[in-house]
Amino acid sequence: MMALVIEALIALLILTGAFFTLAGSTALVRFPDFFLRLHGPTKATTLGAGALLLAVALYFSWHDGQLRVQEVLIMLFLFMTAPVSAHLLAKAALHLGTRGQVELPRKRAGAAGWHGVPSGRSRSSRRDAASTSAMKKT
Amino acid sequence: MIAAALLIGFAAVCAALLLDLYRIVRGPLLPDRALGLDTLTYNAIALLMLASLHFQQNSFFAAALVIAMLGFISTVALSLYLLRGEVIE
Repeated sequence: MMALVIEALIALLILTGAFFTLAGSTALVRFPDFFLRLHGPTKATTLGAGALLLAVALYFSWHDGQLRVQEVLIMLFLFMTAPVSAHLLAKAALHLGTRGQVELPRKRAGAAGWHGVPSGRSRSSRRDAASTSAMKKT
Repeated sequence: MIAAALLIGFAAVCAALLLDLYRIVRGPLLPDRALGLDTLTYNAIALLMLASLHFQQNSFFAAALVIAMLGFISTVALSLYLLRGEVIE
């Protein structure tokens, strides 16, 4: 009974880690702007790697019968260093002025707009179009 | 149960590695490529942990620790290079 519960917990941690790792990398590919792309790896991928490290620590603690802290230390290291490296990357991107060099995704006819608002239908469509064109211009 | 979860985990992490590679190759700007490399190290740690569970070897944490430290230091060095044009003043 105890073994089943621990196995289910480890499998759940592995699935959580796999999901968040894939979500972070998908965000890295799919988001349109560098400052949006920074969100995926710094939050989702960190959580995914942390969940996998916790799964390994739990598995070997249960398998060997003694507490195992090495993976937890790596997890703490990752959680401490991920915001620092993201902050430095954001500072570098601000310094290089990437806002003006980002191209917007092509808008399909009738599809949802860039902000998820259907274009040309809602009351604030003119403002959205104005802000989008302003963003395109800068 | 763990074996099935490991299979899904290997598939997801390998797909994530390919997506990072796409961003590194395609990335329009230099910070994009640096961010892709940073994410690649995180996914390498995730893949190492999955391999550690698959082969039942509990000594993979040393490699993961080295990769984590090298990834952090290389990201900081790349950011400082992009920020100032030189790493060590």
